[in-house]
Amino acid sequence: MSNHLIAVTVNGEYEQVEVPSQMTLLQMLRDKLALTGTKNGCNAGECGSCTVLLDGEPVNSCMVLAVECQGASIVTVEGLAQDGVLDPVQQTILEHGGVQCGFCTPGILISARALLDRNPNPSEDDIHESLVGNLCRCTGYLRIVDAVKDAASRQAEVAA
Amino acid sequence: MAIDAHPELPEFDYFRPATLMDASRFLAQHPAEARPLSGGTDIFVRMRDGFWHDKYLVDVKNIDGVSELRFDPTSGLSLGAGVNMNRVIASPQVQEHYPLLAEACRTVASYQLRTRATVVGNICNASPAGDTIGACLAYGGILNIHGVDGFRQAPLASFFLGPGKTILQPGDIATTVHFPLPPAGSAGTYIKLGRNTWSDLSIVGLTALGYPDPAAVSGYRFRIVLASVAPTPLVAATAQDYLEDTPPSPQAFKQAAILAQEACNPIDDVRGSARYRRAMVRNLTEKALNKVYKLMENRG
Repeated sequence: MSNHLIAVTVNGEYEQVEVPSQMTLLQMLRDKLALTGTKNGCNAGECGSCTVLLDGEPVNSCMVLAVECQGASIVTVEGLAQDGVLDPVQQTILEHGGVQCGFCTPGILISARALLDRNPNPSEDDIHESLVGNLCRCTGYLRIVDAVKDAASRQAEVAA
Repeated sequence: MAIDAHPELPEFDYFRPATLMDASRFLAQHPAEARPLSGGTDIFVRMRDGFWHDKYLVDVKNIDGVSELRFDPTSGLSLGAGVNMNRVIASPQVQEHYPLLAEACRTVASYQLRTRATVVGNICNASPAGDTIGACLAYGGILNIHGVDGFRQAPLASFFLGPGKTILQPGDIATTVHFPLPPAGSAGTYIKLGRNTWSDLSIVGLTALGYPDPAAVSGYRFRIVLASVAPTPLVAATAQDYLEDTPPSPQAFKQAAILAQEACNPIDDVRGSARYRRAMVRNLTEKALNKVYKLMENRG
């Protein structure tokens, strides 16, 4: 079975990685690039804990082959903070206590970031819909939704 | 404690052909071993679960313009095999002219899965539960298929043969699905009954599209497609015929719903019993027809 040499940009860093055909983006991030913030929950595209941004759009990284990412730009949870400053969704999820065991949190942060990128002023329904693919078995979602709302309003204040 | 995740993918070779002809030839040369890959959201699950053992996945989503979404005000809408569902949902032209398609796409799984999942893939996977297939049938979808002898067209109405089975032959790649302009004054709905409000596979899926038609005795025609209640997506033809002859009314919709119920042939499975599905076909058909009629009336 063949290996492929691919070039990707991960969290702003250019990387060349040799990957077998069947290696998923999730495996590449965790096992080749040691970016273990992205979690493997179900490995079937259901739980969302492996969500990353692929060319700006959220994907389940367990459902994308690494070789399909040739030339792509990827952002993982490790790439959300800029210059030591947390992304608004990270800051608000901390403040609202939207984390218990934390396993789903990296995926939720990425989905929330992607939502606010495409819709800076989401309704509560928009937030619910954007998090449908991120299962959390601890928090009951209320604090997570509050955190995303708060992040949206803080972003709007900064932008104003 | 070990995490009970699905296993990793088995070994295979990934092949990205330069042209559609290269892809068709390769697929035809490896009939039982190679499969076209688009978004992969069904393929990877089937491979991990040990149902599929392909040696080669042939990535067809980036070649020869198959990633285009095109709308022409005279000929209609074409969706390439690489067009993901989020693009369909976000397209102003789909929202304006084919809102039922956008509505159906929105019921599929989650946003991040729809970044990969495609309408053409949903069609080719040929699941009786495919959420977007009803809208594609109701809008009169036609597939463009590229095989070793070049392009041909196939109407969706005769595409499905059984669960996961279609008329596609080794070497065939569905490159685009085309929809003619929808009938003037049409309105539609997709009612998906799942185990939860969002994201689950359907227990029953009910697609209905209605439009005024002076040539019909009743003045209206309806297209009704049922998901998850037969080996293939099922067009409720007797119910459609009945509504062509019978003027719309709550009683007519009740009777059409009974005809749809009689047409379906569901099974018991983990998501619901056959008996429950039959009852839901009747309820949801009646509900969908009333809703569609109201939408048409409000518009007209």
